[in-house]
Amino acid sequence: MFLNSLPTNFAALEVGQHLYWQIGNIRLHGQVFLTSWILLGALLVFISLGTKKMENDPKGLQNLLEFLWDYIRDLARTQIGEKVYRDWMPFIGTLFLFVFVSNWGGALIPWRLIKLPSGELGAPTADINTTIALALLVSLSYFYAGLSNKGWRYFEYYVHPTPIMLPFKILEDFTKPLSLSFRLFGNILADELVVGVLVFLVPLVLPIPVMFLGLFTSAIQALIFATLAAYYIGEAVEEHH
Amino acid sequence: MLAFNFFGATEGGLFDINATLPLMAIQVVALTYILNSLFFKPVGNVVEKREKFVSNNILDAKNKLSEVEKLEADLLSQLQSARSEAQKIVSEAENESDKLYKEALELANNEANASKEKARLEIENQTSSAREQLFKQADDLSELIVNRLILEK
Repeated sequence: MFLNSLPTNFAALEVGQHLYWQIGNIRLHGQVFLTSWILLGALLVFISLGTKKMENDPKGLQNLLEFLWDYIRDLARTQIGEKVYRDWMPFIGTLFLFVFVSNWGGALIPWRLIKLPSGELGAPTADINTTIALALLVSLSYFYAGLSNKGWRYFEYYVHPTPIMLPFKILEDFTKPLSLSFRLFGNILADELVVGVLVFLVPLVLPIPVMFLGLFTSAIQALIFATLAAYYIGEAVEEHH
Repeated sequence: MLAFNFFGATEGGLFDINATLPLMAIQVVALTYILNSLFFKPVGNVVEKREKFVSNNILDAKNKLSEVEKLEADLLSQLQSARSEAQKIVSEAENESDKLYKEALELANNEANASKEKARLEIENQTSSAREQLFKQADDLSELIVNRLILEK
């Protein structure tokens, strides 16, 4: 009753509403793809601008991209180890960049100004499909990494250090993607909801610190996702004696 | 309007999983390949080339430094040996000159002694001959005196 009397035209909150695209009998969440294409397009434009003219003395954008590259290499190297980090660095870096760009893009760009027939634009990572897709890719990656590096010996990991660990290690294979996907999904969705509700209730000043907190959370979540993915891959390729 | 529509809806909801999932996975894999060829490879090449260049330069400088140190040590030892050789030559020359001086001194002393001795002998001879002559003249004189005294008487 009370809520209905508030002016709601500037900040309507929609949760669980999607813009459906129908292709044959396949249904897609259109808003996720729209925002992801816009953000990834911007990312690719940014990167191609920075790598257009590579010089030995880096300047401007190239400097920034080299810093980013170095950051991702350090992340991959510390988690995966010196031996195979090179193979997995692009994947880890892509995860980091995708999640980071999605989170920050969702938080920084005023998507709400664009009206959709149903649902609303927002961070692609606030959709459970995206986060599960990322988490399953991580699972596939660490299985592939373990099997391709150690062959069948990879399964020694399940009985290491004692066979008692077997059920827990098997359970871990399910909890890893579950925790990865839900952590990211929950954090980003919660951030969007908190900002949305605050904007809805107190449209001035008050949401700003929460928005900054949201930016912080977004960056941290990207780092956590990439670090954990690298850690799982590192765990799978690690040689224990 | 607030529409919290979590579960139960036949359409929509927060946990509505559909074909978005596999398509998003394919999109991320494609993005991995695109970013690898557009970002990770070229930037990695440049950065690693530069790292190699820097480490090569450091290695080069270290080699050169060790070479310089070797040369310096070599020079120092050469200098030291030259110095000691010079010292040896100087002391040898000093000894030689000392010896020569002593020899010359001895020679001169001997000569001087010999000539002194000769002179003394000569003086002695002359003294004795002069004395003899004196005695002789004294004898002659006395004889003369005696003769004269005798003759006058």
